Amino acid sequence: MTLANSVKGQTVCIAGIKHPMVRAQAIRFGISEGETVMIQEIIPAGPVIVRKKHQELAIGRKMAEDIQITLVN
Amino acid sequence: MTTCHGAPIKLDIGKGEQKLVLAGNPNVGKSVFFNHLTGMYVDVSNYPGTTLDISHGRYKDWVVMDTPGIYGLSSFNDEERIARDVILQADKVLNIVNALHLERDLFLTRQIIDTGVPVVVAVNMVDEAKRRGIQINFDRLQEELGVPVIPSVAVKGKGLKEVEAALPQACTGRVNQELAAEIDTVSQTTANRGEALLALEGDEGIRTAYGISQKDKREEIYLNRRECVNEIFQSVVTETTQGANFSTKLGYWMVRPITGIPILAAVLYFMYQLIGVWVAGDVVGFTEETIFQGYYEPFVRGILTGFISPDSIFGQILYGEFGLVTMTVTYVLGLLLPLVVAFYFFLSTLEDSGYLPRVAALTDRVLNYIGLNGRAIIPLILGFGCVTLATITTRLLASEREKRIAIFLLGLTIPCSAQLGVITGILASIEPGFVLMYVLIILSILIAVGMIMDRVIPGRSSDLLIELPPIRLPRLANVLKKTGIKSFAFVKEAFPLFALGSLLISVLQVSGALNALQDALAPLTVGWLGLPKESANVFIMGLVRRDFGAAGLADMTLAPYQAVVALATITLFVPCVASVLVIFKERSKKEALVMWLSTWVIAFLVGGVVAQLYAHFEQIYLTVAAFAGLMALLVGASMLFSRRKTDVSAQSASCCHSEQ
Ligand SMILES: Nc1nc2c(ncn2[C@@H]2O[C@H](COP(=O)(O)OP(=O)(O)OP(=O)(O)O)[C@@H](O)[C@H]2O)c(=O)[nH]1
Ligand SMILES: [Mg+2]
Repeated sequence: MTLANSVKGQTVCIAGIKHPMVRAQAIRFGISEGETVMIQEIIPAGPVIVRKKHQELAIGRKMAEDIQITLVN
Repeated sequence: MTTCHGAPIKLDIGKGEQKLVLAGNPNVGKSVFFNHLTGMYVDVSNYPGTTLDISHGRYKDWVVMDTPGIYGLSSFNDEERIARDVILQADKVLNIVNALHLERDLFLTRQIIDTGVPVVVAVNMVDEAKRRGIQINFDRLQEELGVPVIPSVAVKGKGLKEVEAALPQACTGRVNQELAAEIDTVSQTTANRGEALLALEGDEGIRTAYGISQKDKREEIYLNRRECVNEIFQSVVTETTQGANFSTKLGYWMVRPITGIPILAAVLYFMYQLIGVWVAGDVVGFTEETIFQGYYEPFVRGILTGFISPDSIFGQILYGEFGLVTMTVTYVLGLLLPLVVAFYFFLSTLEDSGYLPRVAALTDRVLNYIGLNGRAIIPLILGFGCVTLATITTRLLASEREKRIAIFLLGLTIPCSAQLGVITGILASIEPGFVLMYVLIILSILIAVGMIMDRVIPGRSSDLLIELPPIRLPRLANVLKKTGIKSFAFVKEAFPLFALGSLLISVLQVSGALNALQDALAPLTVGWLGLPKESANVFIMGLVRRDFGAAGLADMTLAPYQAVVALATITLFVPCVASVLVIFKERSKKEALVMWLSTWVIAFLVGGVVAQLYAHFEQIYLTVAAFAGLMALLVGASMLFSRRKTDVSAQSASCCHSEQ
């Protein structure tokens, strides 16, 4: 499952990021593999907005498709 | 044009002096600190990517530098490259972090500390952190980092004195020992430890500059640092969870399409009412007609006729039809200034609210069609204020390809505040159908040109990745200051250019060349565009500034469809001299020249086609439909003839991977 097909309101755990550049950026934002984030909003065919604590990030659809996730609870 | 894998650049600013560099994640308040320390004013707004250049000023015997916000030191994009070189050459770094998300911001802090430069950390926005139930143990944080840590609320002036007092105590912090040992080895070949660190972290520019071929360890170092930061975070921050307050909720509504699109529509409508109707109508009616044409112009004319005859050459140049002290002054101060002030006021309010990044998220999908991502909405919106400034803002786009598309679209299709004001004024006086016609023409050009560029320019654009800052109530003082500074800059820039333009026109007129020129251009203006031959004046004035040209239109009597043709042509016509200069600076000479010439061709082509279509159909909607159809055909053709885009999945992310 990828971030792109998650559902609004879910809490998900980042399981893997293919592209090394995206992976590096994710580490900086603190959403690297193993971290959990909340799916705040999904704009149809558009970006996925994730929330980690007080940080909100809009992630483009293509990038979201590159991010593997697993569901938490 | 900057190369992608930029080699480190030596700084000229503050050579041989002590450099204090402000560094931190985007939107944490660095520029507020800069303004406080130096007494200058650089833009402060609530979106990541406000500062995109190095500003410098003085504080005591230091040269202080403000840098673009970055999430880490490296060269993933332009902002990072600019910030990287400055931070690596700093003698001292004031690192500003956001108390709301320390676990993100401390990544950069640790990285800066790893470069071995003396650091002071200011934990800013503690007011917001407190409101959200975040408690930070500052003593513990200081201990963990090994550098002075000061809490602050920069916008309220809290903690600024303490930060200043702590600056002399800046010191190199606790570094990762293993990493430090490796840096020791590599730094024998590089200019400093910072460059050695970045070489180890795989920074291409630095690696090639020093011919370092040792395997890069970015991932390992990053993960290590992340782990260490998470531990620090755990030990210094305690949170009491609190429910979402109103501003957080408003933030959600702004991005959720069902509520977000109506909000966007409401904002645009409000802007139209405020600027297009009220300021362009009532306010300008008063300033231009009552004050300037009613009192000012007769007054100067009265004085000047005593000295210079109105029929003499000087008289004509000074206070004739295009008079330097009459028309120029009326245009700049009476007509354009109120519009410009209103626009900047509105834009500054938007900038300060935190709304822009949310519009970016909302419009991402649409912008993908024209080869851009949501981020590009920021320069496009700012372009309605001033295309020149917006052109510089395109630096916040991640790839050269996006910059190229955005800069061209800005120069071609986005009218700046002054121009837009005049346009709205003219449009307001004709039927709504024609207004729609104008808007649709410009919009279809924007879309068609964007789509064609997306097809034709090789490579793929980057994906959106933007943080959404908290929604804040704009601070009136900041909004007013920004409006004031930008409006003043407008007057300062526009006056000489307008004077030049009216001088040019007057000289042409007095020498009789204007008539000859109008006749020579008649096939184009009268034959092709279907306008009166005097419209040549407008394009000559528009060469200097489009708003000047548009203002000239306001004084001509035109049939509604002629007004639309003329407005569309002048909107698409060459960007103002200042913008052109910036385009030449931001892009290569050749590219800039191609862009400039293309605007000529496109402007007259579009104007003519619309004129001819209207002459044929004699009806608004068929004309627009036919025009849109033509555009669609063009886009379709470009799709057939350009090669298909290669697989995209492998190429997301940043800068370099989206280059040709
Ligand atoms: N509540 C609160 N807001 C602050 C504080 N400091 C700065 N701000 C606001 O934060 C926003 C960002 O401030 P800037 O100074 O533009 O931030 P920056 O770090 O220069 O941002 P970039 O140039 O985009 O990297 C502005 O809207 C400021 O008004 C603070 O201590 N508390
Ligand atoms: Mg700034």
